[in-house]
Order: sequence, then C-alpha cells, then structure tokens
Amino acid sequence: MTIEKIAEGTKLTITLIGRMDTITAPQLEVELKQSISGVEELVLDLAGLEYLSSAGLRVLLAAQKVMNRQGSMVVKNVNETIMEIFEVTGFVDVLTIE
Amino acid sequence: MKELNVSATVENIPVVTAFVDEQLKALDCPVKAKAQIDIVIDEIFSNIARYAYNPEVGEATVRFEVQENPLSVIITFIDGGVPYNPLTAAEPDTGLSAKERSVGGLGLFIVRKSMDDITYSYEGGKNILTVRKNIGKG
Repeated sequence: MTIEKIAEGTKLTITLIGRMDTITAPQLEVELKQSISGVEELVLDLAGLEYLSSAGLRVLLAAQKVMNRQGSMVVKNVNETIMEIFEVTGFVDVLTIE
Repeated sequence: MKELNVSATVENIPVVTAFVDEQLKALDCPVKAKAQIDIVIDEIFSNIARYAYNPEVGEATVRFEVQENPLSVIITFIDGGVPYNPLTAAEPDTGLSAKERSVGGLGLFIVRKSMDDITYSYEGGKNILTVRKNIGKG
C-alpha cells in the first residue's frame, strides 16, 4: 500500500493506494500517529484502494475515535467491494462516507 | 487441485494470496470476487498465524480446487494447531457507535458474509476450514 498525504493548515488529506490488510494496515497506523496531532479535518481518499480487511477497519475505527474528539473525518471515493465491507460490518453508521 | 505448504506466519499471507491469485487469474475471476477472496485469505490466514500454534510456529496447508456449475473456487486452510471452530465464534454487534465499537470478531464475520459456503471440521489433529466462492459471471 502506498500512502500519500497533503497537509493544508489543519486539514490533512491521506490517499491510500493498493490493499489495506494485515501486513499494510500498520503503515497507516504509524502515519496517523505521526500526523494526526492538531488535525481538525481528516480526509481519507480511497479511490486507489483495491480492498481492505478487518485489519484496515481497526485502523479506520481508531482514527475515527481520535477525530471525534478533535474535529471531523471523511472517507471518500469508496469502491463497491469496500462499501460492502462497510455495510455488512455496520461501519456505514460509524464513518462519514462521501 | 493445487496445494501450498508454508509456515503459518503473518509474513506468509502475501505468499498465500499470490498462490491463490495466480489460480484465479487463470479462471478469469471477476475483480470483485477476487478482492473478496483476497480479503478472506487475509482474515483466515492471519488468524491461523496468530493463534493456531502461538507462541510456536507451525505449518499450514492451503488447497485450491475448482468446481463447475456454477463455476466456483474452493479454498481449504489446514493447520495442526489448537482446535478452533471459527463458525462457533460469536457474531459482533454491528450496530454500535464508534465510541463503543471494537473490531474483535469482524474478520470472521466478513468471511461469512462474502463467501457462498463455509465449513469447518477437526480431523486427525487438524483444523480444516473450507470456503467456497461462486465466481461465475452474473
């Protein structure tokens, strides 16, 4: 998985490319730990993400919990496979999906 | 039937995925079904790697078979670790808010929701978990 980030003031956009699974999800976890401080608007762009497993859900949930305290988080450009994962796991109600 | 024998480690998940993806490619498997199968490999093999032999490292076998009418693939995961039937695992509460949520149990829940069939047996000291996915068009 490749992670690209763009910071504009208190807004941080993170673009994920590839697959977010047991091996790669910790990359996003590390990236967020380093970058999330002071961020009020977090945008996760999944346009280039093929799929994610529960390991990815775990990291998204942790990010959502942090952003609930310090601002907002939006997940966008979700493909059909990932949307189904969000739907069956109830993540559609936890995340803000655009 | 194709078979792969590897150490049951998290590092070998990509090896298992590549083995299965190669077979799926030969079958012209639709992109979405392939993604669902890859996710299932991640969920199941990571569980085996973490819990089957913990703290030791043991072997696991992944078997790949094809069935016709409807065209489907059957993937079997075999390990000689502690007996564990994932089908008896409790279903997670998917209606909770972010604050209350944890992701325990979600992996196997995803497996159950995305495959057409899942069976488990314990035979000869082995956990045998089989998933079947219909990959026919439409």
